[in-house]
This record gives sequence, structure tokens and C-alpha cells, in this order.
Amino acid sequence: MNHNKLTTVFVASTALLALLFSAGAAAETDWRRPWGVNLPEGVTSLSQVAYSMHMLTFWIVTVIGIGVFAGVFYSVWRFRKSQGAKPATWHHSTAVEIVWTAVPFLILLGIAIPATQAMIKMEDTGNYDMTIKVTGYQWMWEYEYLDEDIQFFSRLDRDSDRARQRNSDIRPRDVEHYLLNVDNPLVVPVNTKIRFLLTANDVIHSWWVPELGWKKDTIPGFINEAWADIQEPGTYRGQCAELCGRDHGFMPIVVVAKTQEDYEAWVAEQTEDSNGDVAVDEDDLSDMDMDDLMAVGEDVYGNQCMACHQAGGEGMGDMFPALVGSDKVLGDRDAYKSVLIDGISGTTMQSFANLSNQELAGVLTYVRNAWGNDEDGGDEFQPADVEAAR
Amino acid sequence: MTATTHDTHDDHHHGPPAGFFKRWLFTTNHKDLGVLYMLFGLLMFFVGGAMAMVIRAELFQPGLNLVDPHFFNQMTTMHALVMIFGGVMPAFTGLANWLIPVQIGAPDMALPRVNNWAFWLLPAGFVLLLATLFMPGGAPAGGWTMYPPLVLQLGDAFPFLIFAVHILGISSIMGSINIVATILNMRAPGMTLMKMPLFVWAWLITAFLIVAVMPVLAGAVTMLLTDQYFGTSFFNAAGGGDPVMFQHIFWFFGHPEVYILILPAFGIVSAIIPTFARKPLFGYSSMVYATASIAFLSFIVWGHHMFTVGMPLAGQLFFMYATMLVAVPTGVKIFNWMATMWQGSMTFETPMLFSIAFVLLFTIGGLSGVMLALAPVDLQYHDTYFVVAHFHYVLVTGAVFSIMAAVYFWLPKWTGHMYDEKLGKWHFWLSTISVNVLFFPQHFLGLAGMPRRIPDYALQFAEFNMISSIGGFVFGLTQLLFVYIIIKCVRGGQKATSEVWEGARGLEWTLPSPAPYHTFETPPVVK
Repeated sequence: MNHNKLTTVFVASTALLALLFSAGAAAETDWRRPWGVNLPEGVTSLSQVAYSMHMLTFWIVTVIGIGVFAGVFYSVWRFRKSQGAKPATWHHSTAVEIVWTAVPFLILLGIAIPATQAMIKMEDTGNYDMTIKVTGYQWMWEYEYLDEDIQFFSRLDRDSDRARQRNSDIRPRDVEHYLLNVDNPLVVPVNTKIRFLLTANDVIHSWWVPELGWKKDTIPGFINEAWADIQEPGTYRGQCAELCGRDHGFMPIVVVAKTQEDYEAWVAEQTEDSNGDVAVDEDDLSDMDMDDLMAVGEDVYGNQCMACHQAGGEGMGDMFPALVGSDKVLGDRDAYKSVLIDGISGTTMQSFANLSNQELAGVLTYVRNAWGNDEDGGDEFQPADVEAAR
Repeated sequence: MTATTHDTHDDHHHGPPAGFFKRWLFTTNHKDLGVLYMLFGLLMFFVGGAMAMVIRAELFQPGLNLVDPHFFNQMTTMHALVMIFGGVMPAFTGLANWLIPVQIGAPDMALPRVNNWAFWLLPAGFVLLLATLFMPGGAPAGGWTMYPPLVLQLGDAFPFLIFAVHILGISSIMGSINIVATILNMRAPGMTLMKMPLFVWAWLITAFLIVAVMPVLAGAVTMLLTDQYFGTSFFNAAGGGDPVMFQHIFWFFGHPEVYILILPAFGIVSAIIPTFARKPLFGYSSMVYATASIAFLSFIVWGHHMFTVGMPLAGQLFFMYATMLVAVPTGVKIFNWMATMWQGSMTFETPMLFSIAFVLLFTIGGLSGVMLALAPVDLQYHDTYFVVAHFHYVLVTGAVFSIMAAVYFWLPKWTGHMYDEKLGKWHFWLSTISVNVLFFPQHFLGLAGMPRRIPDYALQFAEFNMISSIGGFVFGLTQLLFVYIIIKCVRGGQKATSEVWEGARGLEWTLPSPAPYHTFETPPVVK
């Protein structure tokens, strides 16, 4: 390569870098569009602190990086044997070495001061207005509003769940908010200091909504604290950020921030129908017909069971046994009910007692009749059967 | 007794023993074992690479297209374990075996039989580990970090994973003890510590790190084993334990481990850049002190892997400050390499190209490391593709590029032939371009919100994932060229001189190429 070629390469790569960085700047406001390259500025005071720390450090390291690249490229261009460069013989300089030890140290000190202030602010969970307890499960979230009588589970929405199955005929691209939508979002008021208490039921998860500015691990047996004060009404999406098993990629988080009035209306609505999860009457034990049971059951199966036991009930390995032709499914009715209501301890089969009688009756009936299971004596379960087994 | 010893000694003068098994299975020769280590590393580089190809193929577009999420998790977990314990560490140990004795003027390693055993434990460990791919429940899928309680959900793979880690740990410890013993006891007269090549220095420090932290990992996984099978509750909150304690112990091993994977690279690059700049290394003693400082700091920064677990404020601040300090000695190294090139007389053979790329791309990884050190922002970066991009810049364009540079640099000494320079340059340019296409967009993905270790992703991440996958496929295929170049060089080529490179300095370049089976039986005198 001659000088001109090298210069061209250098100019081109600098231009490319500049283009990427300016694209980053342009994407700040609407981070969810394709080609997003930067952190969101977010909607809480913490996310804005994190964002400004991020941008400050980003520009500092970018300038240093460009300096290193420029230094190396200049040497490569200037001190080439083919250009007749003669090697010097010097090999140290105490003064220069002191400078390039001390200057980086001072730069780091300059970054450490605002970072310390930011960290102190992040840990200040006092003076909160309300508390929400977040519990991670394989693979969904449970939200409990400790100041209200509200509790519900939040899972991947059905459309995404159908589209994400292997060999699904639904294209992910046709699903709105693919993998970032849930059945029951977390609803919170704006301009309120919300304290989050985070824990988990099985393995470690991590609750992360980028626009809130942080993630925090949810750890079984321990409770972590974090806080957020959302400043703008809107819908904010995130995901589990700690590997938690097979469906780690499929337990999104959706936070809907409402104005105080809208939030209060929502709370009133929830406390009337005490179970935010399902719009069914808990106390209704009347019989359902087979079609209704199967329809409810298929829906519950898709939401709750399919991730492990698979779309065709074929299961997966030893950990997630097949339901087709299974002794547990087709055997004793009471034992079968107990599997769903109590779970099986020592395995990943958890209790689903949180579901309503109608839902449990539906899914018990569905699994006992689907995929050819009805050949071995399929029968139905009614809400009253479930209630009796609780 | 004396006579027997003498006979054996004489036999060795004639070169390696005849017979394939006698030569390779029973060998205690440091050059043979060095070759075995490096070939093993190369093999595992392709095994781990094949897993990476599965990962990038699945992530090529949204939707679950090829594999089940559980299998995807097995791939990410095994990719890391294979690349770290099977690829990079054995490759560096192989380089140490081959080079340290000839760089310090020793006839062999201090403990040749330990050397043989340390190597042959590796294939044993990897048979255990890779066999889990065919077991009920599949291979380990809880991440290479093995966090409980998730890791306890593994099927039959669990005990195999634990014992594989034990065996690989024993192998590393024995290899390292051997390296320390060799360097401290077997230097030629006049080879004072501060005259040793930097590769030897880097490995001396690395070996101490390995001896210090591998037993910690062994302890941590043994506690997992007893939690699973013997009713202890070290990491189980229900029994009074703490799952986060595992993370503290693991990262007390894990952070020094990542420096174990990079310090030898510093040594390699410090040998290559002065050679092709035809100018002595700038700041030799500050390089030694910087390496030692980085090694010391590596013991007090583990908490930066755990900013999201809910540590006390004081803990987070301590780990943030300590981590930021790592940038100072690392910066010194980068500046020293730049100063070495300054006013040199450079040529750009393949080892030099890889070394220059190392300096530049490792800098990118180092600078994103400074960003990650900041606890308040790490709460955003943590467990995203930004972290994936960061550690692949330091491990692939850092550690792996340095290994490639080393292979091209010393291959003529090992084989007696020059490699095909033209193909070497093709390998370099294809690798360097594709590796950036592969990993640079992952910074964007992470910042825009894509978590790591997920088999499928939201639609806004589609474009950069596809670009990254294309880069990955090209990078993967390009490495076949590397193998072809090595085979071609072993089989023949232009005869290499003793010095090989015009600017080469050091004892190994006083030996003929290829170096005889036994070297420096009479120690050279170093002035």
C-alpha cells in the first residue's frame, strides 16, 4: 500500500465510525426502532443519571480510542522500512511513563466522582410512596401491590408464544411486540416513588426494564430493593436478564405507567374483580360443557404448560416428561389433580393452585383428552372437582 | 544407577523414540508436549467454534428456527467452557511448554513427567465434558458460570460437569507449578529475572494466578456437588445458605481467570512488535510491573460481575474503584507498544499484522471495560450483548489473535519452514474484517436492550443480529484457512534460517530451525 491508499483507508474508516456514532445520537429518542444503537435515556431520574454517566464515559473512551488508533495508524504510515525508516534505539523515558500513568488515573478520578454520586442516589430506596413485590418464576413474573389487594401473574402473550414455537406457521414479524408483550402488564402511577422488592421462587432471575434505568436480580430466599419514579405515562418493555433455564428468553416485562387518576381507576377495577389475572368468577362451581372445558384448557395449556411439555405434549428429556400416554395423566384422578394443585416437589413441576377452578378443570380435561390421550379413557373434570381437591 | 542414567541420557541425543505411541503418549519432551497442547487447543477451537456457529445460525433471524431453547443454552454454556478450558488455556500452555525452556536456556521443563500427566488429563476431562452432549437431559445448560440454583436442575450431566472441572483444574495447576519451577530454577547463567523475555514474565505471573485460583473453583463446584447429593445447603437459602455466595466464590476464581486468558497474550505481543519494528521494547520494566499490578488487582475486582445481585453500597463502590484502576496498568501496556512502534522500521508480516490488530482491538475491549466498571451504568449493561461484545473483543481479538500471531511467529522455528506469507495475509485480513462484523454490532444490540443467552429476540434486534451472524460464519470458515496454512508449512516450504526474522532477539533464535529435539543441554551464557 502507498501513502494515498492508506490515507483513503484511514479517512474511510473514520467516516464510518463517525457515521455510526451520529446514528447513535439520532436514535436516542426512539430506541425501539430497528438499528437502535444506544441506551435509552429512559423515563426515571435514575435512568437519566445512568444515561448521562454512559454518554460522558462513552465520549471519554471514544476520544482515547481515536487517539490510540490514530497513533498506531500514524506509526504504521510513517515508520515503515519500505519507506526507508531507520529504527531508533531508545527504549524508555521515565518522564513519559509517569505522564501516561498519571493522566489516565486523573481521568478515571474525574469519572469516579459522578459515578459515586449516581450510585448513592440509586441505593436510596427510602421515602417511597408505594411498594410492589416482584417474584420471578420459571418462566413468568408475579406482581403483588403491597398497599392494595392486588396480585397477579404476568407471562408472555399468546401471540408471541404461538409464533415462537419451532415450526410455527406464524411469522414473528407479524406479531406486534414479538416477545416483548405480556398477558397482564404491571400498571403503575407516574411521578410516584415506587419501591420494588424483588425475589424469586425457583432460580435466580433479573428484572430489567431499560427505560427504568436498572436491572436487579431476583434471588430465591432473599429480597432485593430498587426504586423508580416514572415521569411520563407510557408502556415500557423489558426482559428477564439472568439465564434462568429453557425459557429465559421468553419472560418479558411490560410496565404501563398511567396518570394518577387513570391508575386509581385501574386499582378500583382490579379490587372489584380481585384476581387481575383471569376474568372469571372464582365462586362459580357450576358445570361447564366439554367444548368449554377443552377451549379453556387449550388456552391455559398454551400459557402455562407448553413451554416445558411442548405443543404436542411430547415433553422434553427427563426433566419435562411427556404427557402423551403418561401414567400420571391417565391414571388415578385424584393423583392427577394433585400434580397440578400441589406440584411435584424436587422437580420443576410447580404448583398451579393460583389458577381458578375453571382454568384447572379446563386444563385437566384438555390434557386428559388431547393428542390421542382420550383413547385410553378420556373423561372430564368440573370446577367442583377441583374445588374439592384443594 | 549412574550408568543407567547415562545410557538413557545418550539415547535421547538421537532424537525422539521410534513408534507413534512411544513418541507421543509417553513423551516427556517439552517440545512434543507443547505441540500436543497446541494441537489439542486447535481441535477444541473448532469444537467450540462449531457450537458458536449453531448459536449464530439460530440467531440469524427472529423465531426459533433450528434448535430448541434448551439445546441453545447447552451450546452457549459448552461454547464458553470449551473455548476457555479447551481452546485458549491449552494453547497458551502449549506455547509456554515449547518456548519457555528455549527462551531461558533450559534443556527442558523442570518436571517432565508432571508435564506429560498434566497434558493427558486434558483429553480425559474433555471426554467427560463433551460426553454430556449425548446424555439424557443434555449437556450443561446453566451457563459456564454454573450459578445455583439453576445448575442444580441439570440432568445426568451435573456430576460429569463437576468432575470435568476438577480434572481440568488439576491439569492447569500441575502445568502451572511446572512453569513456575522451570522459570525460577532453570534459567541459564546470566539470565536474571529482569532479563527474561516478557512472554516468560507474563507466564510466571499467570502461573501464580492459576495456582492461586483454580483450587477456589474446585472448592466452589465441590460445594455444588455436596448441595446436590449430600444434603448440604451452602447455596440454598431454605437451608440457611446463600446462592449469591457461590457467585462471590466463583468470581474470585473467575476474574483472575480472565487475566489468565490475557496476560500470556501481552507477553506474545511484547515479543513480536519489537521484532518487526526492529527496535527494543519500550519500557521493559514498566511492562513487568504493569503485568504484576494487573495480576494483583485481579484478586480484588470480582464484585464487578455482581453489581446487580444487591451488594451493599460500600461494596459496590469498592469494586467499582478497584476495577477502574485496572485501566491504568493496561493503558501503560498499550502506550508502551505504541512507543515501541514509534520511530521503528516496521515491516508487516502476518505475526506483526495480528499483533497490531491485537493492540487496536484489545483497546476497544479495554475501553468498553472501563464503561462496564461503572456500577451505576453497569445496572444497564450487565447481562446484555454489550458485555458479550466486550469480552469477545478481549478474548477473540485479544487472546485468540495473540495465539495466531504467536503461531505465525514461531512456526518457522518449530517446522524449519516458512509459512505461506500470502495465505497468512489472507487469513489475517479475512479474520480481522469478519471478526469486527461479528462483534462490533453486538455493542449496539446490548445498548439497545438485547439480553445475552437468549435463543430468540424481539424484532428491533433483527438487523444487527443478521449482520453479526454473517460476520460469524465468515470468521468461522476463515479459520479453516489457518489449518491449511499450518499443514502446508509443516509439510514443506522455504527453509527457515536460525534467526527467521530480521529483527528477532532472544535465545530461541540462536537455535537452528527446526530446533533439535533436545536443546541447551549445555546452558548458554547470557550477558
